Amino acid sequence: MNILVCISHVPDTTSKINFTDNDTTFDTNGVQFVINPNDEFGLTRAMWFKEKQGAKVTVINVGGAETEPTLRKALAIGADAAIRINTAATDGLTVAKQIANVIKNDNYDLIISGRESIDYNGGMVPGMIAALIDANFVNTCTSLEIDGTQAKATREIDGGIERITTSLPLVIGGQKGLVEESDLKIPNMRGIMMARKKPLQVVEPIESSAKSNSIKFEKPAAKGAVTLVDANNLDELINLLHNEAKAI
Amino acid sequence: MSVLVYTESDQGVLKKAALEVASYAKAIANKLNTTVTAVAINANNTDTLSKYGVDKILNISSTELENFNAKGYADALKQAAEKAEAKVVVLSSSANSKYLAPLLSINLDAGYVSNVVEVPTEVAPLTVKRSAFTNKAFEIAQINSDIKIIGLSNNAFGLVETSADTTTEDFTPALSNLGVTVDAVDKASDKVTIADADIVVSAGRGLKGPENWGMIEELADVLGAATACSKPVSDLGWRPHGEHVGQTGKPVATNLYIAIGISGAIQHLAGVSASKIKVVINTDPEAPFFKAADYGVVGDAFTVIPELITKLKAFKAQ
Ligand SMILES: Cc1cc2nc3c(=O)[nH]c(=O)nc-3n(C[C@H](O)[C@H](O)[C@H](O)COP(=O)(O)OP(=O)(O)OC[C@H]3O[C@@H](n4cnc5c(N)ncnc54)[C@H](O)[C@@H]3O)c2cc1C
Ligand SMILES: Nc1ncnc2c1ncn2[C@@H]1O[C@H](COP(=O)(O)O)[C@@H](O)[C@H]1O
Repeated sequence: MNILVCISHVPDTTSKINFTDNDTTFDTNGVQFVINPNDEFGLTRAMWFKEKQGAKVTVINVGGAETEPTLRKALAIGADAAIRINTAATDGLTVAKQIANVIKNDNYDLIISGRESIDYNGGMVPGMIAALIDANFVNTCTSLEIDGTQAKATREIDGGIERITTSLPLVIGGQKGLVEESDLKIPNMRGIMMARKKPLQVVEPIESSAKSNSIKFEKPAAKGAVTLVDANNLDELINLLHNEAKAI
Repeated sequence: MSVLVYTESDQGVLKKAALEVASYAKAIANKLNTTVTAVAINANNTDTLSKYGVDKILNISSTELENFNAKGYADALKQAAEKAEAKVVVLSSSANSKYLAPLLSINLDAGYVSNVVEVPTEVAPLTVKRSAFTNKAFEIAQINSDIKIIGLSNNAFGLVETSADTTTEDFTPALSNLGVTVDAVDKASDKVTIADADIVVSAGRGLKGPENWGMIEELADVLGAATACSKPVSDLGWRPHGEHVGQTGKPVATNLYIAIGISGAIQHLAGVSASKIKVVINTDPEAPFFKAADYGVVGDAFTVIPELITKLKAFKAQ
């Protein structure tokens, strides 16, 4: 099985979010970048397929040279090869088109992507890839089994789960659940050494024009001070929630 | 020309989110000087849509679309958009709408912007405000394709009543191979979901163990709320994974979020801060969550919650 794992390079979850250039650009100063958490679950599931069923695992990112340490980390975790498409990830559609183009040339059976990236929160790349290459698609995927060309998956829905049967080629938008949190792999010394020798191919982008673009960013308005209510006066809390907040 | 809106139903009944996206579509239609066309799939009764400004309803009833199928629903919406000559398509942020939207965007060759929180500030070019960086920032984005798709954040716009003379037409889209089959749906039908709830009652590791969730469920019951939890609580298996909220769990954008025994770590706050009113109940006055809260009670959940339940019952009985 030939597996492609899409890796989005995102600020660590504890990062303070600031902007520069008149609020038009994300300020990367002092920000630690990591593999998008949803992609980390997917990558670990890909390693599971590799170990149990045999698979070649390629990781891919659309971005500038600054994302290479993140791809190297994925190689250190155990991916066999990496591809970086050398263009800025300006919007979801551009990313999806670039990745779909690589897939058309290389024939992957399974494309594992994340439900959403924690920076842009677009939630669009996996679905767009599926539509562009005409593959089956399961979003918010929390479990995946493959048998030949058949796939069984579980999908999180509002208020429950759905069990699904589908077939390869398949794209998933993965998330927590794909593997246990405790099974997430941290690169060890040997993995890091080996990753240096693994291929990281830089591919030039195809022509593509964005259909949406970012104008500027804003930070949420500062929060007013909390109104504390005495634990012995819960009637006051109910009164505030009813009359002031109009929330109950 | 028209603004097309997908008005979702669950087991034949229109969802509240459907009325919200209809209200929002109407606001855009007013700016564009045009009408609103709603698409309803297997809904038993669409009468309420006429209270929310919908001019025309395209009613699809199809056994093939009985279970949600992203590809099938995207096919149907594409054909409805073509029929209505839609330039703007509005969807909600439900799990199903977020599933089909990227497919529809490729089908219609349309730019798609998700998590939109306001009515467009400009229509040419269409300029919208969306949340990004898991609620730590907003992005102002422009969509410059001919057809545009907007995914509206839950509870971002609210319900706005506008009466309309609504006409209804049956519509039968041509469906291609669906590719994905649903074998089973496991869903508690008697519980409010986090996505649809007006109030969410959420608890964390401060509750000490799964055996103490009885009072959390009772509080949720009294308020007609959904229950949620912090990440460690679901990791420990105290509560199901589907209840985990936050940056890496489900997002919460509700009217009232009550956090009990949750410290307020940055990853938790990011995922729930889009909620309008936040109440924090915690023994530790230094808990970071108090800084992000509207109302707070410094106290022990094991005494505060039972008393709050008793008082709320009395309040509701009035
Ligand atoms: C990559 C990453 C992603 C993450 N994503 C998420 C996420 O999506 N969602 C999430 O929730 N977390 C997430 N976390 C974890 C997060 O950092 C915190 O560890 C977690 O939110 C803490 O959960 P908690 O508040 O329930 O527990 P704790 O931090 O242990 O807090 C328990 C609180 O309960 C209070 N308490 C104790 N006893 C009582 C009592 N009797 N009555 C009232 N209060 C009491 C304490 O004062 C304390 O404030 C993530 C972490 C990482 C590294
Ligand atoms: N620049 C990128 N390069 C590779 N994969 C990406 C990139 N951006 C997003 N993805 C993938 O698409 C998923 C959803 O991202 P998004 O649509 O931006 O929310 C991520 O979890 C990644 O798997």
